[in-house]
Amino acid sequence: MSFLDKVIEYESFDFEGFFSSVTSQNVQQSLFRDHLTVPDLLHLLSPRARDFLEPMAQKARNVTMQYFGRTIGLYAPLYISDYCANQCTYCGFNTHTTFKRNKLTPEQIDQEAAAIANTGIRHILVLTGEAPAKTPMTYLTVTMGILKKYFSSIALEMFPMDEDDYKTLIAAGADSLTIYQEVYNREIYRQVHPGGRKADYNWRLKTPERGARAGFRAVNIGALFGLGQPKVEAFMAGLHAKYLEQKFPDVEISLSLPRMTKAEGGIAPRHMLSDIDFVQVMLAWRLFMPRLGLTISTRESAAFRDRLIHLGATRYSAGSRTDVGGYSQNLDDSTVQFEVTDDRSVDQITRMIKESGFQPVFKDWEILR
Amino acid sequence: MTDINKDILILGGVSFSCRLITGTGKFASKTLITPMLETSGSQMITVALRRVDPGSEHENILDYIPDAVTLLPNTSGARTANEAVRIARIAREAGCGDFIKIEVITDMQHLLPDNHETLKATQILAKEGFIVLPYYMPDITVTKQLHDAGAAAVMPLGSPIGTNRGLEMKPMIKMILETSSLPVIVDAGIGRPSQAAEAMEMGADAVLVNTAIATSADPAMAGEAFALAVRAGRMAYLAKMADESIFAQASSPLTGFLRE
Repeated sequence: MSFLDKVIEYESFDFEGFFSSVTSQNVQQSLFRDHLTVPDLLHLLSPRARDFLEPMAQKARNVTMQYFGRTIGLYAPLYISDYCANQCTYCGFNTHTTFKRNKLTPEQIDQEAAAIANTGIRHILVLTGEAPAKTPMTYLTVTMGILKKYFSSIALEMFPMDEDDYKTLIAAGADSLTIYQEVYNREIYRQVHPGGRKADYNWRLKTPERGARAGFRAVNIGALFGLGQPKVEAFMAGLHAKYLEQKFPDVEISLSLPRMTKAEGGIAPRHMLSDIDFVQVMLAWRLFMPRLGLTISTRESAAFRDRLIHLGATRYSAGSRTDVGGYSQNLDDSTVQFEVTDDRSVDQITRMIKESGFQPVFKDWEILR
Repeated sequence: MTDINKDILILGGVSFSCRLITGTGKFASKTLITPMLETSGSQMITVALRRVDPGSEHENILDYIPDAVTLLPNTSGARTANEAVRIARIAREAGCGDFIKIEVITDMQHLLPDNHETLKATQILAKEGFIVLPYYMPDITVTKQLHDAGAAAVMPLGSPIGTNRGLEMKPMIKMILETSSLPVIVDAGIGRPSQAAEAMEMGADAVLVNTAIATSADPAMAGEAFALAVRAGRMAYLAKMADESIFAQASSPLTGFLRE
């Protein structure tokens, strides 16, 4: 069985009918349960649960404190190439978008890494578009070798690979994998991925499992909010995370809540995830999976991120640049994959975390030689 | 009469007069660690090597630990014995000393230790001269195996990490206390000073407390409270307090007047 079976199972589920039938008593019972079941997750995602956001937040804060303490992990994204053969209608790197594409040389990667490491960041997230011809394994393994000099954890957010390629990159220094399904609804997925390798829904859906089997110690997944019906997407992402946690108990599972922002060539979001809904989803996930990592990116505003720190978030990006060479290269005509909303420096984010009563954690992993 | 001030715990040849071992994780700020060590008098503190970054001006947790306090680096993050061994070697190379707390966790949902991998790591590291303190699921057979593997002490868990649920494994820990020839340090799950006192009353040689202190509103005061409880519990143990009984036992027995 793979998670695809779950996706298919819930395609016939009447979410709207279920959500509208949820009572206050259902929500309260789910809220006070020690170990939440799948129906409990649905209860907490329902409109009725909006009346219980404060007790949900109180419990989420306590649960997070128990497992993670008063700490927030920090990381920075590093875009090494924006070449991409995919046609994702919502993405700035879409192959049909005309802009001068860039790919960093090993020397430029070294300079970018040095610039990021100089801010104190020790966890890096490396990103590329999907263009294996431009960024082959040889290029990626060289990249890992450079980054190992500067960082104690290297996470990948790249095109889906097979297990052997993942094993190669793990051996070269990578330890974590981020892969978003983008949208769990298969029909919408087909519409927004009209071409390229990414059009293969099943291949992408099974990527976290291939990564876990290959040996990544941490896997981060999520839906891109704005494409599908938000609460259904949140439910499927939560279910996916639970599935991975049960199937791979030795892997740290985390979820992100990226919301669509403006990107060059991109489409407007079909469904908006409001701030309230964002918080409700985050709290429901936390209560459903107490040990779950929750990553908050710089897509969100500074003011909003300052609040989320008390609601169960465990990891923040800081000082992010989402263009290739953004930290040190000043490349001409570089484009961004998405616009950063919280543009504060690492120092400023660090100060905010401390002032919020939390400890910023720059290093939370040791690369084992 | 036992003099509590001369009651010393020896681990790996090092003497400790305080039987409260503390931790560095989960604090709101690393600056809270130093005052907690001062008020608690804790002489040993565990630190996750994964959080140590000696090369960074932003992040050097070791700066907050006075030289007089013994470091107990742990292998947090290790999923296998081999990973734990590699982490231990890195810790020693980084100047963290010869003590090592083996922590091998493969169950990320409940954070329970893997006894099999823990034992393997203990065997390897003890042979390499480390002073090995394995954290494990309380189990009589494994306790004996850890002893044979060369552990300097054993660290059975009271309840899962961070839960503050106290001595849920009490019956198992009692059996270990009755049979172990190694010092027994109850680790994980102790959330209240009263629970720490209970572990010490039972005969534990020490307790390790992190979450309950680090996530309290006043870690310095919480550290002191735990230190006092540990001391009280130890004194109660040394004083050989009377056992529990299911029958009422009058201090002036009703049949005391009878003579042969």
